[in-house]
Amino acid sequence: MAVWLSRSGNVARHLNGKMGSLGILNRSLLSHPEPTHQRNSLPTSPIEQSYRNPAAFLGNSGTLFAVRHFESIQAETHHDSRYDEHENQLLDFPGGKVKFTSDMIFISESPDKRIKCYRVLDDNGRQIPGSSFQPLSKELSLRIYNDMVTLQTMDTIFYEAQRQGRISFYLTSNGEEAINIASAAALAIDDIVLPQYREPGVLLWRGFTLKEFADQCFGNKGDCGKGRQMPIHYGSRKHNYFTVSSPIATQLPQAVGAAYSLKMDKKDACVVTYFGDGATSEGDFHAALNFAAVMEAPVIFICRNNGWAISTSTSEQFRSDGVVVRGQAYGVRSIRVDGNDVIAVYSAVQRAREMAISEHRPILIEALTYRVGHHSTSDDSTKYRAVDEIEHWRSARDPVTRFGKWIELNGWWSNENESELRRNMRKKILHAIQVAEKVEKPLLADLFTDVYDHPPSNLLEQERLLRETIKRHPQDYPPDVPV
Amino acid sequence: MLGIIRQKVGSAGFPASIVGQALQRVRPTAFASRNYSTAAKEMTVRDALNSALDEEMSADPKVFLMGEEVGEYQGAYKISKGLLEKYGPERVLDTPITEAGFAGIGVGAAYYGLRPVVEFMTFNFSMQAIDHIINSAAKSNYMSAGQLSVPIVFRGPNGAAAGVGAQHSQCYAAWYGSCPGLKVLAPYSSEDARGLLKAAIRDPDPVVFLENELLYGESFPVSAEALDSSFVLPIGKAKIEREGKDVTITAFSKMVGYALKAADILAKEGISAEIINLRSIRPLDRSTINASVWKTNRLVTVEEGFPQHGVGAEICMSVIEESFGYLDAPVERIAGADVPMPYAANLERMAVPQVEDIVRAAKRACYRSVPMAAAA
Repeated sequence: MAVWLSRSGNVARHLNGKMGSLGILNRSLLSHPEPTHQRNSLPTSPIEQSYRNPAAFLGNSGTLFAVRHFESIQAETHHDSRYDEHENQLLDFPGGKVKFTSDMIFISESPDKRIKCYRVLDDNGRQIPGSSFQPLSKELSLRIYNDMVTLQTMDTIFYEAQRQGRISFYLTSNGEEAINIASAAALAIDDIVLPQYREPGVLLWRGFTLKEFADQCFGNKGDCGKGRQMPIHYGSRKHNYFTVSSPIATQLPQAVGAAYSLKMDKKDACVVTYFGDGATSEGDFHAALNFAAVMEAPVIFICRNNGWAISTSTSEQFRSDGVVVRGQAYGVRSIRVDGNDVIAVYSAVQRAREMAISEHRPILIEALTYRVGHHSTSDDSTKYRAVDEIEHWRSARDPVTRFGKWIELNGWWSNENESELRRNMRKKILHAIQVAEKVEKPLLADLFTDVYDHPPSNLLEQERLLRETIKRHPQDYPPDVPV
Repeated sequence: MLGIIRQKVGSAGFPASIVGQALQRVRPTAFASRNYSTAAKEMTVRDALNSALDEEMSADPKVFLMGEEVGEYQGAYKISKGLLEKYGPERVLDTPITEAGFAGIGVGAAYYGLRPVVEFMTFNFSMQAIDHIINSAAKSNYMSAGQLSVPIVFRGPNGAAAGVGAQHSQCYAAWYGSCPGLKVLAPYSSEDARGLLKAAIRDPDPVVFLENELLYGESFPVSAEALDSSFVLPIGKAKIEREGKDVTITAFSKMVGYALKAADILAKEGISAEIINLRSIRPLDRSTINASVWKTNRLVTVEEGFPQHGVGAEICMSVIEESFGYLDAPVERIAGADVPMPYAANLERMAVPQVEDIVRAAKRACYRSVPMAAAA
């Protein structure tokens, strides 16, 4: 049980100076049932009602006993000025000065209202009147749309290719095309990107070709990754896109480190790192956001909150109001954005970039979206979510269609353009796969290089032994792998 | 025998007699090491590490230090003393308590092109960051096909100290030594500390640098050459601390001192032991070890860590692969006890190798006493 000292001015004034203030035992204030309990509002508890009716209050034996008398009954003005002095008193603790309160009030675990989501286009691709946003030129808009369609088509065809057994694995970005392309469009090539794995669109925007995507998925000689990684683990120094790494959220503290280095170099660039809702449970997420704020690192954290981490829904992942509220907990400026709205994403990322670089601060962007596809080719999401839910998001909430409507409304796009684009894209991608499939696999030497900067003697020895063995037993060695 | 007393704790709480005994223990090692160097100056391992960090930070502005207590506190073991004052908070970063966090941040900075030196208060805490060390640092150059190199150094005290219990005493040489993509170093003397740390910082690959808390306060003679700022030791080369012809004893870190003492005792009994200070766990200097075995035909491996899958197991296999015909006796392996490190001083003493264990193993290898298997 706890003592609730009535120091609040209103209640004291209710007493008309007759009773002074009393300490009373009260439990109801602690476990306030309504979630709407605000920090600064006065509690509408039985206490206050009792104060209005002192007799009832005194007779309510279960909840009170007077602990202390603080003021004499006579000097009310004296009482008031001492109250004021206490009200303004600042407590000096490590971490800075803080005002105190005698009201024991717990901050609610969930806010009154969820943090609002910034959007510019409505579901039909119409700009919402009065919205603030960064205008996009026709050229830029068409380029964005083109890449969104490319990404969507590439995902469909590569996914099929895995189903046909031509590649071992694939992972789509269905439903997240706007986050991918619009965010990339708002960045500069000097901005370093540390992705999770559902952001190939960023690489596409920066100039990675269909051939390069296909080469990586097939792990052939043309792969700039030398066939080292499983499909979709793209990486390109040239495009400032750091190689995808499977463990979740490890890229977050790495991004902070890279951002710190950029700051030390005084570059006009920032780091952008992407991650999903599930990644926010990892310890690395906590360490990264905390550190970024302390080190004042120019890094943009973009969370693709798509509702699912394989089969774990967000309600099983966390109990906070999504991811955006955590920003303030770490001292990081944050915003919640409609991730399926190209213009909103573009505007938010652009503004975030300005702030990150000029003010040397991290920014957190929570982009709300939906993972339309399965987690990967190793998953069948119909096993844990409703088929009509998936269908709804695939059709009615498709970000590509939505942006398509906007460019159409502007008179920049037509149905003919649409069919032509889709037809050509499909052909190009199918062709890229057919070609990549036939390219030779990487050379044997690539098994041993890059373990270290210079190959150590034991690896040179092992390579020599391997070549000797192959020479002696050629029938045991696959014929289509170059030596 | 208590082992070397910790510098930090001093003699608080210990009776004077034990302190005196402990200090006497320190001296023989210093004497033994004077045999092989034309020494002018003496330097503690702590000062050796500090000077190496100082010189490398001075020479290359991309080198920076990061870890808990490395700045204002001057380093948990005072290794980074004076560095914050000299280089400022941008190059000596006090981090929040998150090994995973600052190891990841270090890797990110290294991806960008800086050369971080990340300190773990002890390598026991590196387990909280081991994903970043292995999956982010060790494998990145390979997985990115050479596009992401990680010129990072992870350093800190490793292995048993004195009376710190199970979670502060584990040796990680075998764990990190098994991972391709990493280089793993274990210095013994001050010269080792200086030369190897400078080499590690200059190396383009990720390096795990295993120091030893009890060695920090120990003094060793250093040659004028070693004091020069351009002094580096080659990574992957072991050092023959003492030449011999009857039995080869390999050791690293603190155990080198014990092995040298064992060699003195063995010499009195007419056994000439060759002591190899491994210096480098990965890459392991197999040629030096095997060449020594060709000469002596007998091998004893010494390490402080757990026996199963230890460094000694790898050395034994390497010798069997290359020099089986040269062995005149089974390889003897001396390691720590297969238990989490106990705290009580008497139990702790029994859980780590002592000089007598090394002497007995060498004698067994020389058929001066019954082999372990036969005695069972």
